[in-house]
Amino acid sequence: MAYKIKASDCTACGACEAECPNGAISFKKGAYAINPSICTECKGQFDSAQCASVCPADCCVPA
Amino acid sequence: MGNVISLDSILGLGELKAPAETPVAAASGCVSSSCGSSDGPADMDPAVWEKVKNHPCYSEEAHHYFARMHVAVAPACNIQCNYCNRKYDCSNESRPGVVSEKLTPDQALKKILAVAQEIPQLSVIGIAGPGDSLAANGKNTFKTFEMLQKKAPDLKLCLSTNGLALPDHVETIARYNIDHVTITINAVDPEVGQHIYPWIFHDHRRWTGLDAAKILHERQMLGLEMLTSRGILVKVNSVMIPGINDEHLLEVNKAVKARGAFLHNIMPLISDPAHGTHFGLTGQRGPTAQELKALQDQCEGGVKLMRHCRQCRADAVGLLGEDRGDEFTLDRIEAMGEVDYDAEAARTYREHVENERAGRHAAKAAAQAEVVETVGDTVQPILIAVATKGGERINEHFGHAKEFQIYEVGPKGAKFVGHRRVDQYCEGGSGDEDALDTVLSAINDCAAVFVAKVGGCPSKKLEAAGIEPVDRFAFEYIEESALTYFKDYAERLSQGAINSRAGQDAVIRTGAFTARRA
Ligand code: SF4
Ligand code: SF4
Ligand code: SF4
Repeated sequence: MAYKIKASDCTACGACEAECPNGAISFKKGAYAINPSICTECKGQFDSAQCASVCPADCCVPA
Repeated sequence: MGNVISLDSILGLGELKAPAETPVAAASGCVSSSCGSSDGPADMDPAVWEKVKNHPCYSEEAHHYFARMHVAVAPACNIQCNYCNRKYDCSNESRPGVVSEKLTPDQALKKILAVAQEIPQLSVIGIAGPGDSLAANGKNTFKTFEMLQKKAPDLKLCLSTNGLALPDHVETIARYNIDHVTITINAVDPEVGQHIYPWIFHDHRRWTGLDAAKILHERQMLGLEMLTSRGILVKVNSVMIPGINDEHLLEVNKAVKARGAFLHNIMPLISDPAHGTHFGLTGQRGPTAQELKALQDQCEGGVKLMRHCRQCRADAVGLLGEDRGDEFTLDRIEAMGEVDYDAEAARTYREHVENERAGRHAAKAAAQAEVVETVGDTVQPILIAVATKGGERINEHFGHAKEFQIYEVGPKGAKFVGHRRVDQYCEGGSGDEDALDTVLSAINDCAAVFVAKVGGCPSKKLEAAGIEPVDRFAFEYIEESALTYFKDYAERLSQGAINSRAGQDAVIRTGAFTARRA
C-alpha cells in the first residue's frame, strides 16, 4: 500500500518531501512523486500520512 | 530600465534649506521625524538605529533611500490562511505569498549578486516565501543565507514567517546573523484566530479549529520572546480583516509591544474572488483607506507603526514601491555567467545618504518650528498625496506615478502615514479617463497632490474633485514642502478663500502593481 500525488493539483511546494519519514518523495522530471516501493503510508511511525497532513492542496491520497 | 530612481534625482537637485538654529531638543514634541517609525537617533537606542537605518522596511526614512530584494526560495508552508491560496500564481499580482519564479538557493545567490551589481541602493535581502521561510525545516532559506554571508557579508539578512516553526529555529537565526525577523500575527486570541486559520501542521499532524489557533498563537508568542531576548529585531505584520480582527488588532498591538516587538505593520486584507482564497470566495471585504488609517492612528503610542509597507511580492526587487524583478529573470541571470560582488558602489552610496541625513533632520525641524509660529495649533491637519520616486523628494510626474505617498501635515509637523497604489494612469501621453477616476478615488481624502509635473486635463479634474494639484514644489523635499503648503493653506482657510476638506474616504487599491517597465 502506498500514497500517490495527484499531479494536476500539486503546487510543487515540496512540503511533503520534507515531512516524509522514509524519503519516499522526490522531485523528478519537473514534478513531485512518491516512490510506492518505499512509501509505508507512515504506518507504525505516525498516526496520519505525513504528506497528506501537510499538503496545502490536499493532493496526497491513497493510491 | 528607464524609470528607476536615478542617483541624480536624489543628489544635487534643490538645495538643503539652511541648517536650523533650532536645537533638535526644542523640537522634540512631535516633529515629523519622531513619529511613526521614522525616528532618528534622537529617541532611539543607537544600537537599534544602527541596525535599522539602512533597512527600507524597518525605517520609514530608509525606505526613501534603500532597496530590498526578496528571493523566493521557500515555497512550502505549514499552515493555511484564509487570505492565501497556495495554488495561485500570477505575475500581475503583488501581494505576499504570490510569486512567479521559484529559485533554488544557488540561483538565488546568483540573482542577488547580479542585482547588487546594478543597484547600489540594495541593502537588504529577505526571504518571505512564497510559502513560509521556516517551513520544511527552513532548509532553502538557511542554505541561501549561508552562501550569501560568505559572498556578500555587508548585505543585511531578514526573513518573514508565520511563527509556527520559529521557536525551533531561533538558534540558527542568531547563528547566521539574521538581525531582522518579521512575524505575521493576526490574532492573540484563538477565538479570533480560528476564523483566520483553518488548519496548521505541527508535531506531525494536522490541527484544526481552536486547537490550531491556540498552538499557533503560543508558538508565535514564544518565538517573539526568544528573538527579542537575543536582541534580534522583530517586526510584526497583521492583516486587517474587517469584522474579524479589526478591533482585536489593538490587543495584538499591546501584546506584541509587551514582548518587545520593534515595529507593528498593519496591512489591509487583499481580497478578490479571482484570487480563489477563502476570503475572496466568501466575499470578505478589505478595509477602506480611512478605516485602515483610523486603526493605525488608534495604535499610535503602542508599538511603533510601520505605514510604508507595500505588501511586496516574495520576489520583489528594488526600492519599496517599485519592482524591478522583471529585469532580473532567471534566464537573464543564468546568461550572466559568474558574477562577482563588489561592495564599492554600495559603500559610496551609503556614505552619500549619511551626509544627506544630517542636513535633513535639521531642515525638517526648522520648517516645523516656523509653522507652529505662524499657524498656531488650531488648524486641523490635512492629507497630501505625493508623487515621488524616492530620495524624499517630489520627483515624479502625476501621470507616471504608480502610487502616491500620503503625508499628514498639520501644526504638529508632516508625517508619512501611508501610500496608495494607482494604476499607471498615463502610458503613452494621452490620459485615459477611467484611470484618472481610479486615481481620484484612491486619493479622495487628500486636500492636495504634490507632483513634479501634471497635465492640464488631469489638473482640471483634480480641481473639480476638490484636490489641488501642486507642482510648484517640483524636486523639493516632501516634508518641508508640505509644511510650506500647510502654512499657506491655513492662511487661505482663515481668509475664507477655501473650505476645509473633511470626512472623505478613499479606496484601497490592491493588485495591479507590477511596475513593468518599457
Ligand atoms: S504516506 Fe508517509 S511514507 Fe508515504 S509518502 Fe507520504 S509521508 Fe512518505
Ligand atoms: S505538499 Fe502537496 S502541493 Fe506540495 S509538493 Fe507535495 S504534493 Fe505537491
Ligand atoms: S512586504 Fe512589507 S515588509 Fe516585506 S519588503 Fe515589502 S514593505 Fe517590506
